[in-house]
Amino acid sequence: MREPSESIEGPGTGTPRRARVILDAADVDRALTRISHEIVEANKGTDGLVLLGIPRRGYPLARRIAEKIARSYPGFDPAEGLGQLDVTMYRDDLRRSTSRTPMPTQLPPRGIDRRNVVLVDDVLYSGRTIRAALDAMADFGRPAVVRLAVLIDRGHRQLPIRADHVGKNLPTSLDESVKVYLEEIDGAAGGPDRVQILAPAGSEDRS
Amino acid sequence: MRHLLDTRDLSRAEAVSLLDTADRMGEVGHREVKKLPALRGRTVVNLFFEDSTRTRISFETAEKRLSADVINFAAKGSSVSKGESLKDTAQTLEAINADAVVIRHPGSGAPQRLATSGWIDAPVINAGDGTHAHPTQALLDAMTLRQHRARLASADTAGTDLAGLRVAIVGDVLHSRVARSNVWLLHTLGAEVTLVAPPTLLPVGVDAWPVAVEYDLDAALARGQDAVMMLRIQRERMNAAFFPSAEEYARLWGLTPERLRALEAAGGGTAILHPGPMNRGLEISSEAADSDRSLVLDQVTNGVSVRMAVLYHLLTGPQAPHGPDEEGHHDR
Repeated sequence: MREPSESIEGPGTGTPRRARVILDAADVDRALTRISHEIVEANKGTDGLVLLGIPRRGYPLARRIAEKIARSYPGFDPAEGLGQLDVTMYRDDLRRSTSRTPMPTQLPPRGIDRRNVVLVDDVLYSGRTIRAALDAMADFGRPAVVRLAVLIDRGHRQLPIRADHVGKNLPTSLDESVKVYLEEIDGAAGGPDRVQILAPAGSEDRS
Repeated sequence: MRHLLDTRDLSRAEAVSLLDTADRMGEVGHREVKKLPALRGRTVVNLFFEDSTRTRISFETAEKRLSADVINFAAKGSSVSKGESLKDTAQTLEAINADAVVIRHPGSGAPQRLATSGWIDAPVINAGDGTHAHPTQALLDAMTLRQHRARLASADTAGTDLAGLRVAIVGDVLHSRVARSNVWLLHTLGAEVTLVAPPTLLPVGVDAWPVAVEYDLDAALARGQDAVMMLRIQRERMNAAFFPSAEEYARLWGLTPERLRALEAAGGGTAILHPGPMNRGLEISSEAADSDRSLVLDQVTNGVSVRMAVLYHLLTGPQAPHGPDEEGHHDR
C-alpha cells in the first residue's frame, strides 16, 4: 500500500463501497499511447531516455509505455531505457504505516547519471511517493532531468509536486479511493485492466 | 513481531517475509551509496556481555547501513565489571531513549528477561544467549540455503521456503544455540533436519525436537544432503571430556578431506555451511572450508542483510505506545 488511495477494503471487510469504472482497458491503453508520444515529444526524441516505474503498479505501466515507444521509435531499446525504482526505504511514514517488504530496484545497465528520467506511477495523490522516489534516485546517480508520468492524477497534493504527463485528471473527494487494476499485478482474477473509483456507501453521487 | 528472541516465535509467513526483505537489503551492499535512510534518527544499542567479533560487526554494519545511530556497549570496561545488574544497565539505556537493544549474553534467557520485565520499552533483538538461541544466525543460514537452492534451480528466491531441503547439522549440538535456532527455523520453513553428533554432545530431550538423529556422519552423508552445517566445537563451554581426543573427533565427526572427496564423487550440490569462527582441522578441514561448496563467506554477507531486515521490521510500522500494551503488533 503506497498511497492512501490504494488502501481499499475488499468486499466483505470494512464499510461497503460503491465502485464506478472510470477508465476501461481500451481507455487505459489509449492514455498510455498518448503519454508515450508526449514523453518522446518532451524529450525531443528518445536520446538518453530512461523510464523508471515505481512498484508495484508503476512498473508494468512503465514497461507498457517503453514497448509503445520502442514500436514507434526504433532507436529506443527497452533493455537500455527501462527500470524499476523501489522507494519503500525512503518514505516519510515508515514509523506510522505497516512495515512493508521492499521490492527490488533494477536500473538500466548504464544507470541514470546524466540521463533523462521519467518516473512512472499509477496514481498521483499526496505526492509523498514521488518525493521518496526523488530521494531514492539521488542515491543512484544524478539524472540530467526528471519528469513524472502518471495514469491518474486525483488531486489533494500535500507537497509541491506536479505531473508532466497525465492519463486522466480525476477530481476526487478525500473519502473516495482510486483503484487501478493491471493484468501484470492483479492477474486474471482481478478482471480486465481498469481504473475504479470507490465511494463510501450512502454518499452523494457527485456525477 | 515486537522483539526477536527465538526462532520458535516466528511463523512461516513472518520468516519468509524477513528473508524476502533481507534479499532486498543485500542489494544495498552492491550500490555506490551503501546506505538507506529508513532508521535515520533512531538509536540502536549493541549490548554485548560476551565476546563477539563477527556478530557485533555484522549488527553494527546493518545498523549503519540503515542510518541508525549506534552505541556499542561491551561488558568489559563498563560498569558491569563493577557489578552493575542487567536491570540497572537496561534502565540506563531507557533513560537515554534507545529505540532498540541488541543483546548478547552468556546467560540463557537474558534477552527474554530484558524484553518482558518492563524495564525498557524498546524492541529487543537476541544476538545469542547462552546455549538457548541465536535467531539472526538461523535466519542468515536460511537465507544462504534459500539462495543456494534458487541458484541450483535458476529460480527466484522471492516468497519461497525451504520445503523438502535436506540439511545435516553436525557436531556440538549440546552447547550450540545456533543449532537450536536452526532446528526450529528450518522446521518452520519445511526443511528436513538431521542432527549428527556423538551421543555425549546431544542434549537431553532431543527426541522431542522435529529432527532425525544420527551418530554416524558417513551414513548421514551417504543418504544425500542438500547442505551440511558444521558446528564449532565450543571448548570455552566444555567443562568435561565429551570426546576422547580432538584427533578422534575430527576423524569421526569432522568434515575431512576424505569426506569432501566422497561428496564430490557422489555429485549433487551439497553445500557446506559453518557459523564461524572455524576450528580448521577439528570440525572442518581447510580443504572443505575453502572448497567451492563452502558458503561460509555468503553467510557473512547475508548476516548483514538479515540483521538489516530484522531491524527494519521491528523499528518501522506503528510503534508501541509507552507501556506494556502490545496491541497491534500481532497482525503484521
